Amino acid sequence: MGQTFSTLAYLVASVLFIMALRGLSHPETSRQGNIFGMVGMGIAVVATLLKPGMGAGGIALVIAGIAVGGTIGAVVANRIQMTSLPQLVAAFHSLVGLAAVFVAAAAFYAPESFGIGHAGDIHGSSLVEMSLGLAIGAITFSGSVIAFAKLDGRMSGAPILFKGQHWLNLALGILMLVLVIAFVSSGSPLLFWLIAILAFALGFLLIIPIGGADMPVVVSMLNSYSGWAAAGIGFTIGNLLLIVTGALVGASGAILSYIMCKGMNRSIVNVLLGGFGTTGGGEAGPGAGGGDRAPVKAGSPEDAAYIMKNAQKIIVVPGYGMAVAQAQQVLREMGELLKKEGVEVTYAIHPVAGRMPGHMNVLLAEANVPYDDVKELEEINPEFAEADVAFVIGANDVTNPAAKTDKSSAIYGMPILDVERAKTVFFIKRGMASGYAGVDNELFFRPNTMMLFGDAKKVTQEIVQALQR
Amino acid sequence: MNPTDLANQASATANRALELAAQARLLAEQHVAPVAAAAEPFLLLLTIFLLACFVGYYVVWNVTPALHSPLMGVTNAISSVIVVGAILAAGLGESTAAQVFGFIAVTLASVNIFGGFLVSRRMLSMFKKKGS
Repeated sequence: MGQTFSTLAYLVASVLFIMALRGLSHPETSRQGNIFGMVGMGIAVVATLLKPGMGAGGIALVIAGIAVGGTIGAVVANRIQMTSLPQLVAAFHSLVGLAAVFVAAAAFYAPESFGIGHAGDIHGSSLVEMSLGLAIGAITFSGSVIAFAKLDGRMSGAPILFKGQHWLNLALGILMLVLVIAFVSSGSPLLFWLIAILAFALGFLLIIPIGGADMPVVVSMLNSYSGWAAAGIGFTIGNLLLIVTGALVGASGAILSYIMCKGMNRSIVNVLLGGFGTTGGGEAGPGAGGGDRAPVKAGSPEDAAYIMKNAQKIIVVPGYGMAVAQAQQVLREMGELLKKEGVEVTYAIHPVAGRMPGHMNVLLAEANVPYDDVKELEEINPEFAEADVAFVIGANDVTNPAAKTDKSSAIYGMPILDVERAKTVFFIKRGMASGYAGVDNELFFRPNTMMLFGDAKKVTQEIVQALQR
Repeated sequence: MNPTDLANQASATANRALELAAQARLLAEQHVAPVAAAAEPFLLLLTIFLLACFVGYYVVWNVTPALHSPLMGVTNAISSVIVVGAILAAGLGESTAAQVFGFIAVTLASVNIFGGFLVSRRMLSMFKKKGS
């Protein structure tokens, strides 16, 4: 089949991809959107296989690759636990990056396949685009590998900082520019691979100084990079579908990074320079309040159950601690029991709760919490004033009023959930340790706050038992 | 200078001018035209790229925050459309090196395509209205 056919097929696939993203504007249309995406991908793959010049051996090779990769992907996607979603996404990003590197290499060694010249005599403009796709792909790969290792706990989440780090990165960046210019003017294979190696090193160095708490931004940013890498390869081989899709994904990742940064009131530059959260407070025992402050009031699960049973309106604020303790199922049970008592129960999600955008929503949905009960920050904040109880489970910094009042605080300016406006605030926490930002939370010491010390799952289970009595 | 010489000289100059013009045209065809021809498709691609960025921007702002995780799954899967380049490299088989690189890239991208779409499907199936 001719060029016109494949171009048309690519156009259809591009439209289907846009519709896939469009479907995600509402849960009810989202599943259909996902199907549009799959169909679009299918069309793109088949149209490419039908291009003139495809040999039987080549097609067999491609199908073998799809079978092997597809099986691995399907098995992983079905087995992965939803709490491990962020590391899975990071791992997937690394594969897109690596695939971009290999496609760039293929285009370099067989430019005839893509109509960009002949081996050893590739058009200059194609070399520029090729080095861009290659470099972004390689940075996406090694950066995502580090993000994966940090999220998966294979590597400490603590930022790795050393003297002259930023100067080293700057020097490597300039060296990269020099290499690209030399590569474009000479087309040398040695320079091609040097760019790849340098970009791998850069991706690695750019992500190691970023702390574990900033991983939602990093994952979003790498999502964006994987899109730009695809677009770069699209320019190299002159393929519209790759360019359009790359732009869509790049824009999507950029928006998510922006939302995450806004959720922490930090600039993307501040996140990228890294080192946030190095002053993390040590684990202090229960009741070890700060100096001359009022002692904290610790309560029992039975007290909490009694107060909540008699409440009219409860807002649950889940944080990453809930996911770590795997408390989402028992939390949903608690919510259902309270609803049976005639209590209004809603859930408030901070934009940066969890380890990737929307992570907490998925975990609650998995536990069968109806999505209509789950609210975003802007929507729920005015409701805290009418709430009898704010039930904070595994969250801390995102409720800290210091973000509004204390200009010297590391989290000053961060939008927070106004839990302090509720009549009673419960905090389920293991101890008095401060959150990721290393900031004390004055709410713990307020008279209307009750601390429920212990493991989030265990404490919630005890509340459920008390409610059933 | 007699008229014949003048005529000869004039015709020689005219011939030379023609030769020069032909040379200039050749040079132009060799160097200027390809640049213009190469610049136009690039501008076309750039136009499409920028317009697609805007489409992405507006479409993604409409995505409900509750579905940001599935959004990452779907974008991850569709960015693996890079598989198209990999298929061309592996399938056309212009060089063994390109075929090997293409095969590896097809495999890597396929992990993503299947993994990304299926994990998104799993997530989205959790966002169903209860009792339906």
